[in-house]
Amino acid sequence: MSTVFIAFQTNEDTRPIVESILADNPHAVLDEQPAMVKINAEGSLVIKRESIEERIGRDFDLQELQVNLITLSGYLDEDDDQLTLAWKN
Amino acid sequence: MDMKANKKKLGLKEKYAHMTRGLDWETTYQPKDKVFPQATFEGIKVHDWDKWEDPFRLTMDAYWKYQAEKERKLYAVLDAFAQNNGHLGITDARYLSAVKLFLTGISPLEYMAHRGFAAAGRNFPGVGPRVACLMQSIDEVRHAQTQIHALSNYNKFYEGFHAGASHQIERLWYLSVPKSFFDDAFSAGPFEWMIAIGFSFEYVLTNLLFVPFMSGAAYNGDMATVTFGFSAQSDEARHMTLGLECIKFMLEQDPDNLPIVQKWIDKWAWRGIRVLSLVSTMMDYMLPKRVMSWKEAWEIYFEQNGGALFNDLAKYGIKVPDCIAQCTVDKEHQSHQLWLTLCTHSHAMGLHTWLPDAEEMDWLSAKYPNTFDKYYRPRFDELRERADKGERFFANTLPMLCQVCQIPMLFTEPDDPTKICYRESEFQGEKYHTCSDGCKHIFDDEPEKYIQAWLPVYQLYQGNCWPEGTDPTAEGFNPVAKYLEWCHIDAKDTGDYEGSSDQANFAAWRGAATQNT
Ligand SMILES: [Fe+2]
Ligand SMILES: [Fe+2]
Repeated sequence: MSTVFIAFQTNEDTRPIVESILADNPHAVLDEQPAMVKINAEGSLVIKRESIEERIGRDFDLQELQVNLITLSGYLDEDDDQLTLAWKN
Repeated sequence: MDMKANKKKLGLKEKYAHMTRGLDWETTYQPKDKVFPQATFEGIKVHDWDKWEDPFRLTMDAYWKYQAEKERKLYAVLDAFAQNNGHLGITDARYLSAVKLFLTGISPLEYMAHRGFAAAGRNFPGVGPRVACLMQSIDEVRHAQTQIHALSNYNKFYEGFHAGASHQIERLWYLSVPKSFFDDAFSAGPFEWMIAIGFSFEYVLTNLLFVPFMSGAAYNGDMATVTFGFSAQSDEARHMTLGLECIKFMLEQDPDNLPIVQKWIDKWAWRGIRVLSLVSTMMDYMLPKRVMSWKEAWEIYFEQNGGALFNDLAKYGIKVPDCIAQCTVDKEHQSHQLWLTLCTHSHAMGLHTWLPDAEEMDWLSAKYPNTFDKYYRPRFDELRERADKGERFFANTLPMLCQVCQIPMLFTEPDDPTKICYRESEFQGEKYHTCSDGCKHIFDDEPEKYIQAWLPVYQLYQGNCWPEGTDPTAEGFNPVAKYLEWCHIDAKDTGDYEGSSDQANFAAWRGAATQNT
């Protein structure tokens, strides 16, 4: 299995996003670096719109993630409800 | 359940379909191959362009909305930086050499990327990649502009920031390394461009450039660079995804594409790795506060992450490029060899260099236990000894360059780190030199292309790089001094950081910021 990852700027917008990702992906590992927070996960990672909305108390469009995104690894698939990153092998 | 006020009329997938595919049309008064004349000569076969889909499913309306938000955030920080003497917050003005290298060597490439993606967007018959390339082209011109805006704040106070994009990228001997990379890609066809920039640079290598660079900037108190860096980087995830989609698309369209794609991957992995050796010196030598060593970054972002990617591409028959074996050796040597060269040639550079101090050398020993003490510490000790006697050593001439990557011939043989690596090829009765098996291989595959390389050092010694009216027969004529004048480099921009005006000014201004006298 290979590792996928996603990294965001460290700020108040991304704090609830990171919390949701960690809650929805128990196998994910948090890696905090200067000004940047990276989440590594074996195989795949999912980001759910609803989990983020629960935490921020407003509607959230997953495309808002782009504002604070730094980098990612793995094949991506995004629709209205979730964004997944995975290696297919 | 409450109805959401902003409930969207269309789902993401539907909207993407309407705003990309739905905007395409069939040509009627010209045949398609006349409208897209560059689509076939490289030999890539495409049967169904509709199989190309942007996984982010980003459409133009959403693009403008989020890009505008990024710009608002960025310029608010730049105002605060300018209003609050942000330049005094950095750890040490030595750090600015890394920023100068970025502004002169990388920002002009952003502009080249802008042009290249505009061309790729024009040349692809498929509407999916056309829209994605258009967005990337706009992203890239934004990167060039925001980097120049952000760093102009340093230009008010420090040397060496004044002519990177206007004169130096086209003239300076070490900046021809990144420049030639993009020239090579831009003068290829649209599919090779996508492998060179979209895949190799953006997907495989960009993490090694931006992530450590921006973390390093944050660690060293450089708010301006962190901010433009992250703003640019937020577009990068989309670029990487485009690069990956592109390669997958080519491989899935036709089995005949495999050998062509493999050749491009091999070539552009090596070209990219050579360019990134400049970043290796930044991480190991130029950051006063270090984030991680080049070797560690290489292992995380290339060996692990690149490894995952190549595992995945194996199902299409793609193999890990041959040059990776050499890279495994090089990662222990590359930053030291290059920094030694820069240190002894910075009389002819637009930035300062310095010899690592005792504490920095201990850090290097710890990070490079197999190589630093054995091969490199003695050379720095020797240079330090001379400098202490007031005889700081600079080479009097400029080095020979590789015909392909244009890096000075300074890297060593894979099996002997004390012997410089030279390779020689002959073409039409002339000899050409390359720095490695990787570059020789690239040269031999397309010699007609690389014999046209404009190598700054050779041009200088042929008399083509002096200001107009220069008389090389004049008494005491110094070709390098005249060359620097032509490059818009002032004596204040060059040489050792010790004793530079950057050092003196930073100390004086920082003192003034904390005292009332
Ligand atoms: Fe860029
Ligand atoms: Fe080379």
